Amino acid sequence: MEEQLSAIFARFRGTVGEVIPLLQKTQEELGFLPEEAMRRIGDFAGVPFSKVYGVATFYTMFRFTPVGKYHVCVCRGTACHVRGADQILEHVERELGISENETTGDGEFSLETVACIGCCALAPCITVNSDVHGRLTSKKASQVLRKARGAALKEEEDGK
Amino acid sequence: MGNKGRKTIIVCQGTGCVSSGATPTYKALEEGIRKAGLTDIQMKLTGCHGFCQRGPIVIIEPDGVFYSGVQEKNCEEIVESHLKNGQPVEGLFYKDPATGQPIATYGEIPFYANQERIVLARCGHINPEVIEDSIDSGIYRAAPRVFWEMPPAAVIEEIKKAGLRGRGGAGFPTGVKWGFCANVEADQKYIICNADEGDPGAFMDRSILEATPHQVIEGMIIAGYAIGATKGYIYARAEYPLAIKRLGIAIEQAREKGFLGRRVFGSEFDFDITIFQGAGAFVCGEETALIGSIEGGRGMPRTRPPFPAVKGLWGRPTVINNVKTLATVPEIINRGAEWFAGIGTEKSPGTAVFALTGKVANCGLIEVPMGTPLRKIIFDIGGGIVDGGRFKAVQTGGPSGGCLPEEFLDTPVDFENLAKAGSIMGSGGMVVMDESTCMVDLARYFLDFTQKESCGKCVPCRMGTKHMLEILEDICEGRGEPDDLSKLMELADAVKEGSLCGLGQTAPNPVITTMKYFRHEYEAHVHEKRCPALKCKAMLQYHVNQDACKFCGTCKKNCPADAIRGDKKKKIPFEIDVDKCIRCGMCHTVCPVGAVVKTSPGIVNDHEEATEAAN
Repeated sequence: MEEQLSAIFARFRGTVGEVIPLLQKTQEELGFLPEEAMRRIGDFAGVPFSKVYGVATFYTMFRFTPVGKYHVCVCRGTACHVRGADQILEHVERELGISENETTGDGEFSLETVACIGCCALAPCITVNSDVHGRLTSKKASQVLRKARGAALKEEEDGK
Repeated sequence: MGNKGRKTIIVCQGTGCVSSGATPTYKALEEGIRKAGLTDIQMKLTGCHGFCQRGPIVIIEPDGVFYSGVQEKNCEEIVESHLKNGQPVEGLFYKDPATGQPIATYGEIPFYANQERIVLARCGHINPEVIEDSIDSGIYRAAPRVFWEMPPAAVIEEIKKAGLRGRGGAGFPTGVKWGFCANVEADQKYIICNADEGDPGAFMDRSILEATPHQVIEGMIIAGYAIGATKGYIYARAEYPLAIKRLGIAIEQAREKGFLGRRVFGSEFDFDITIFQGAGAFVCGEETALIGSIEGGRGMPRTRPPFPAVKGLWGRPTVINNVKTLATVPEIINRGAEWFAGIGTEKSPGTAVFALTGKVANCGLIEVPMGTPLRKIIFDIGGGIVDGGRFKAVQTGGPSGGCLPEEFLDTPVDFENLAKAGSIMGSGGMVVMDESTCMVDLARYFLDFTQKESCGKCVPCRMGTKHMLEILEDICEGRGEPDDLSKLMELADAVKEGSLCGLGQTAPNPVITTMKYFRHEYEAHVHEKRCPALKCKAMLQYHVNQDACKFCGTCKKNCPADAIRGDKKKKIPFEIDVDKCIRCGMCHTVCPVGAVVKTSPGIVNDHEEATEAAN
């Protein structure tokens, strides 16, 4: 972690206005924000740890635990809601066997909801990592997840 | 743009089309053209063309032939038939949902034909990643003009005369805002482009940034010059990675051309732009919260005055304008205030950009003159309600707006008229609903959103929205009490009155408007424990209509709760065990013959009445 943080800090000046970009870059690099990283960001930007933590917990994009290899986000925007997003969310929860904001035991999948990804014309939609899947039905959602799971299994086999 | 007569193939690469598979489509077309040895054809990727629902969109210019839903597998046919042999592929034309007739060119499609595009004029026609394309299309013509021909005060005067009002939602006159800031003496001023488009159900700003980032940058340069700001920020949502990427490319290219940086366009004026990525907080769309966020803190609103135009970012005078407002500015400079003031209505000149979504046949990005009736937007451009449904309500303004019923369909859309009806113009989300949308559930949905997004500073907003949400949840789950409705209205007033910023002041709007126009639905939930729209799960029941059942067993196979009895071979009728049923609706969705019936019988004293209601 130390090395990664140093590499990130090298691109910043260390001012209070950089706290959010610093947190973003750190999360991008580490996948989440460990306490130690936030402490180091505070030291670097000259801001108390309490303030860094306060900022990090204010914004929804910051996470304090690692996410799964496949990060599934169910969009809950208005257009998605009107077109049945809650049914999709329930279905994904059943399919993965986890609830919102949880990660599967094998660390493969994590599930979150997002306020709106702005793909409203394709509602309802979900994202798996950075790929958007739109015009979903329960069946199509299963296919998307199975495809991801298949890819995960394949990688595992290839690795052996 | 390109040689005359030479064919250009435009492939939309907006977020919508990309998620529908536009990237493989682009590659397949490129490959097909190369293989066919067609050298006189130019490929072009563009930003959002607007008709996201029909993506991936491919357009062949100069004929304007419009192909929708073009997947990788269709590309060979386009190359062979259309590009090689001049025979357009009719199977990929857009089909009019009303008549089923195929339409060849986008100019004839009602979705486009009924729009008037000023802000979106270039969206889907230019390559956002190539600055020359933007310059050829007329962007960066206004900025050098203001440097040589117009002193800052004249620019502000022109915007005032045009009557341009902020497109972020509140509709404050842009020229007046600039004037306030210009009049303050300071060593440093800032112009901020508010691209923190947080309303769920809205994607106008994202599409504009993805499609014509240079147009927004030019607007910022002009605004900066007018108010005397040498630094600009674009505060963009982190959820919009493509927009941020294209903005980054555009800023870099503008610097190389000398349009940003020291002495822009060879003038005496320095100006540069930094992108600031938001981190997921709806309240940061509010000006002072946004400033707090750029300063590295929690995005919490501050009391006004002092207004940001006087004391904003780092305590310096700051103007914050919405993406669409800034994208409009260069056009006003180019074509004049009078031209702009002549479009739309007297008090709301210009055009309005909407993200038209929900249960309409044609979802997408549209632009119409202010004052266009809702009916024209929803039925002429939107193509009416999807699947032959019936219009119930239209929601504008996101969580701050309201739901308007059928009687408002002929209302001209502008700031005043929507406010009079109890909704707001908002930044441009327009969600259409049919009879399957429960208005109580929708109010609950919005309160759930605002309650989560409340920053917590003002008690009425923090606690009030929470209480309102709890009451609405009770009503939706069949625990509503008769005095809940009056309690809701009382809380709504308190939250509106006692909140510092727009979030709290407008959070009760969805509840107030649905209570005003759809009170009977609230009453059905509270008094009869019945959901007329068949949406609120706790009040639903599913059963199999034995007369229609074909004994295929699909419902049983798909039921996640093992709540369906019956046997295909032994011909035991399929029945749903109400106690085991989790009301997920899976059987209803998968039944191929529609034999699974969804009802909300409610609690009525007389047994016969209950059965009647169920039927």
